[in-house]
Amino acid sequence: MKRNDWILIAVVLAVSAIFLGIHFFRPQQKDGIAEVTIDGEVFGSWPLSEDRTIELGDGNRLVIEGGKADMVWADCPDKLCVNQKAISREGESIICLPNKVVVSVVGGEKREVDAVT
Amino acid sequence: MRTRAAYFGVFTALALIFSYLESLIPIQFGIPGIKLGLANLLTVILLYKRNAKEALLLSAVRVILSGFMFGNLFSIVYSLAGGILSLLVMAVLKGSGKFSVIGVSAAGGVFHNTGQLMVAMAAVETYRVGYYFPVLLIAGVLTGLLIGTAAEQVLKRLEKFRFG
Repeated sequence: MKRNDWILIAVVLAVSAIFLGIHFFRPQQKDGIAEVTIDGEVFGSWPLSEDRTIELGDGNRLVIEGGKADMVWADCPDKLCVNQKAISREGESIICLPNKVVVSVVGGEKREVDAVT
Repeated sequence: MRTRAAYFGVFTALALIFSYLESLIPIQFGIPGIKLGLANLLTVILLYKRNAKEALLLSAVRVILSGFMFGNLFSIVYSLAGGILSLLVMAVLKGSGKFSVIGVSAAGGVFHNTGQLMVAMAAVETYRVGYYFPVLLIAGVLTGLLIGTAAEQVLKRLEKFRFG
């Protein structure tokens, strides 16, 4: 490997670190709200503090439980959104591309470092 | 010309087999949308043994064919966006002569994921997928390094071999 290769890798890792830093250290609020948009239009928003199950159109089912929002069912074949983790921090989102459903947290709980992000 | 077409066919077939093999591996990296991209090994090799034009053609043909066989229309659009952007960047970096195969491939991996994320952001009309960006960057570097290392070894052994 050439020296430039290492520089390239270092730059990419530095950019990722900056993005992760922004993600973790943004100002935070206590009560998170799960905001849902379908095809770019706002479908509704629900506080994460109350447990409930919401049908998002015909294709997705969202469950809010214990302060976290989780996609539990979807009619798409790949189920990527169902496999995503439950979200609770500000800026986190679950996205179902086939149905154009986006669930994102506005104002989330206190951040803590976890294994994946 | 005829031998070149034959070699291109062999490369396309190999790339498709790699795509198929990868679809069989049940390993999920715990993060949706991240995979090794084994078929890109062929793209990198063709970029070095032939030129960017043929590598781009291989990438597009492979994405469309494997998309119809193992994926869906969505996966075709995403892979195509990632593949084209990644190949453009790799061609520029290779042309500059300042990077080895491994570095070129790592950049390709990064921009493959960047291209896909850009299409995703356009499709769902939100910038919120942006928080996913660093994860994809790191994954792109890692998979690019692996593919680049493999490509370097293959190219070393194919040094005297000429395609068409």
